[in-house]
Amino acid sequence: MRSIVLHSIAGGSSLASACLRRFQFLALAAGSLLPGAASAEYKFNFPEPVTPIARETLHIHNEFMLIITILFVVVFAIMIYSMIKHRKSVGHTPSTFTGPTSAMQWFWALVPFAILLFIDFVLMGIPAVQAIISMEDTKTRADMVLKVTGMQWKWQYEYPEAGVKFISTMSTPRAQIANAEAKGEHYLLEVDKPVVLPVGKKVRILLTSTDVIHTWWVPQFGVKRDAIPGFLRETWVLIEKPGIYRGQCAELCGKDHGFMPVVVHAVPEPEYLAWLEQQKAEAVASAGSADRAWSSEELIAEGKTVYDKVCVACHQAEGQGLPPVFPALAGSKIVSGPLLDMNGKIIPDSHVDRVFNGKPGTAMQAFRETLSDVELAAVITYERNSFGHKLGDMIQPAQIKALRQEAK
Amino acid sequence: MNTATTANGHADPHGEGHYSGPLRWLTTTNHKDIGTMYLTFSLIMFFVGGAMILAVRAELFSPGLQLMQPEFFNQLIGVHALVMIFAALMPAATGFANWMLPLMIGAPDMALPRLNNWGFWLLPPAALLLTMPFFLALFGIGDGALATGWTFYAPLSVQGGMGVDFAILAVHILGISSIMGSINVIVTIFNMRAPGMTLMKMPLFAWGWLITAFLLLATLPVLAGAVTMLLTDRHFGTQFFDAAGGGDPILFQHLFWFFGHPEVYILLLPVWGLMPHVLATFSRKPTYGYKAQVYSFIVIGVLSLVVWAHHFFTAGLPVPALIYFMFSTMAISIPLAVLFFCWIATMWKGAMTFETPMLFAVGFIVLFGIAGLTGLILADVAADAQYHHSYFVVAHFHYALFAGGIMGVMTGVYYWLPKWTGHMYSEKLGKLHFWLTVVSFNLTFMPQFFLGLAGMPRRIPDYALQFAEFNAISTVGAMILGFSQLLFAWNIWSCIRGGEKAEPRVWEGAEGLEWELSSPPPHHSWEIQPVIK
Repeated sequence: MRSIVLHSIAGGSSLASACLRRFQFLALAAGSLLPGAASAEYKFNFPEPVTPIARETLHIHNEFMLIITILFVVVFAIMIYSMIKHRKSVGHTPSTFTGPTSAMQWFWALVPFAILLFIDFVLMGIPAVQAIISMEDTKTRADMVLKVTGMQWKWQYEYPEAGVKFISTMSTPRAQIANAEAKGEHYLLEVDKPVVLPVGKKVRILLTSTDVIHTWWVPQFGVKRDAIPGFLRETWVLIEKPGIYRGQCAELCGKDHGFMPVVVHAVPEPEYLAWLEQQKAEAVASAGSADRAWSSEELIAEGKTVYDKVCVACHQAEGQGLPPVFPALAGSKIVSGPLLDMNGKIIPDSHVDRVFNGKPGTAMQAFRETLSDVELAAVITYERNSFGHKLGDMIQPAQIKALRQEAK
Repeated sequence: MNTATTANGHADPHGEGHYSGPLRWLTTTNHKDIGTMYLTFSLIMFFVGGAMILAVRAELFSPGLQLMQPEFFNQLIGVHALVMIFAALMPAATGFANWMLPLMIGAPDMALPRLNNWGFWLLPPAALLLTMPFFLALFGIGDGALATGWTFYAPLSVQGGMGVDFAILAVHILGISSIMGSINVIVTIFNMRAPGMTLMKMPLFAWGWLITAFLLLATLPVLAGAVTMLLTDRHFGTQFFDAAGGGDPILFQHLFWFFGHPEVYILLLPVWGLMPHVLATFSRKPTYGYKAQVYSFIVIGVLSLVVWAHHFFTAGLPVPALIYFMFSTMAISIPLAVLFFCWIATMWKGAMTFETPMLFAVGFIVLFGIAGLTGLILADVAADAQYHHSYFVVAHFHYALFAGGIMGVMTGVYYWLPKWTGHMYSEKLGKLHFWLTVVSFNLTFMPQFFLGLAGMPRRIPDYALQFAEFNAISTVGAMILGFSQLLFAWNIWSCIRGGEKAEPRVWEGAEGLEWELSSPPPHHSWEIQPVIK
């Protein structure tokens, strides 16, 4: 971790900082030659494992690396020996053999393959099979379930037993990415709301997606699993050590694939339970607030928060979008169209319909499932009164709640 | 074709008699002309694909977005791969086949010369289709090229812009071209070998290509089907890859990799076929284990068709499938080890010299060895959970396809260039090219193994700070690697223009029918087939 701290000094965009980083590398390279340099191990191998699976994986990896290094050295030592000894320039006369002739030669020709077979199917094969079986055993003695939903370009986490659910998005400011500000220590690997898990508990993780395929990956957990739209996949973790663990989406999922981090806070169980209680209380408060009447100002303020978290990646800060893929909201006829029909129902292809049900075949997903009543009402109201739109109308969370029940 | 002119063909140095200038190249049915066109096209596209990835590496030199937005980054990486695979490596191998197969097996030409011409002339329009969306976007048409990576994974590719449609059509045309090439190779090898040349006396290069041709025939139609299903999902309301309509996104991955995995061997088998020729020539010793190599080619060809799912171990396959695909993948290490054994045994107790082709061949063996060994550990499902989708995989397949594929092609180019042009290339430049390539290649891709282990996913336009050093090194390596290829182009160009006259048997230890002909060979060669005893 030492090296990361070093980096936080650098971070500007200038050539000077690039040079600085070069020097840091030299310092690190020199440091890694010294005994006990902690950064060396971190840089050239997996990060420290904190689950049984990750430890198993690291063990298999180290063993396999050792084996292939030996194979590589032995095979190419033989070749290099031959290249030195059997040269024309040293006057070596070429032989004419084209295959093994004696029984002894056959024996020696077959030995390498016997060794390889042994390595493949016994030495590495048996531990691998055991590891697969334990990796895929998500159900036995699972203590809790976490549902992870990938969506362009954020993760939603749900604790089904507790009824808690929230979205986690990258919190690195865009200015840092554009090199307009110094980069923070956890550049690109920080979120507004991390997922919290208890240590020492087997967590069964269910994965799915609302749009394209994403892959949930935390290197220190040794877990990487695809989140596939329309299907559930599963994996599990048992975190052994409290800490903050960072990873990111590993499957190309469009524009902001590189900006979809995973941050997990692993805490002792009592702390986890306290956190969960607090989340539940917030969820109840939020559900209750859906029933009261909201003022236009309240909705617009709340809507801006939601917009900046959920919508901004595609539709951009000023609603200008990134045409032609991501349409502008500024000047959009859909946004400026009527809110609901005269019976208070959704009009097909209207603003509410788009936000509620998405547009199939595009990155515009159905937010009905992922946003709360208040969030939906707020963001729709905000969009109708921003980016040059001055419709002056609003939709109440209670109306959204009613629409949602009708849809069911 | 006019029969009078054909009968008269020898008098005319350009053979076809009808045309000169561009029309000659457009209408030629001569295997040497077509081979030259394939190789030239391949070299040009090698630089096109290389330029794309140098832009990507420049962006990745330091954290933050410097040169491009993520959308454009995503377009570059996918089109780079498609260009390198379909428009650089595959045409290079087909160029070798066109030039050398008839010379090596004592045939007067390829069996189906007009098909051959058509096969080549499909390539430039396909390459144009693939890259055109970049230029259309400059004029405000569409949103740029394919941005899904070369794998077209649904549903991302269903969501994508018109670049996906262009790429689908390009892949169709490239596929048709490759199928024509494969049919031609198979028909030529089966029907036009010199009298007395049984299959088991045939040069290993022909064997490598024969297996490649069958693999292409077996797998390209599946790819064509998969991308057609994608096209109908995109535009005609089908839902093959959409769970909402009863489809499955993973179905696409199965179909794609049923083609995609054999594709690796399609790119490598011609090179494996070439290696024993080069090693035997410069070791001045006959090839070791001819039969073992032939059987290994066949076994690898068959196995390559049944291991595809190791490309998506993290997609959540059932346990028995994971175990099956792991062990079947590991099994490939056995025939591959046979090849390594034969290559080294061919060198063993020879009388070696190290001209440029031999240097490339040795470089190929060592670096491809790294690809093979890392491939073995990638087959391990448990460890793969860490490697998958990471830079470890990027490094691995560049060791396989650059060090294995492209350096293999370079071996062949230096080996046969004097035969094609009648001139010797500059040995000094060739060696400089080799050393620059091999050092900068390792500088580029060795750090990527460590990036992958440390947890950097592939295909990201920007990265966390702990990945900065290795990315910077990799970019420096890539720049040297890219620009040193200009030496290669220059060396070829000067060799075409002139130089020391090449002997018919260019290399002291070279054996085979191709070396019985003058350098360059006459426009029509082996009109009277040689008899093999």
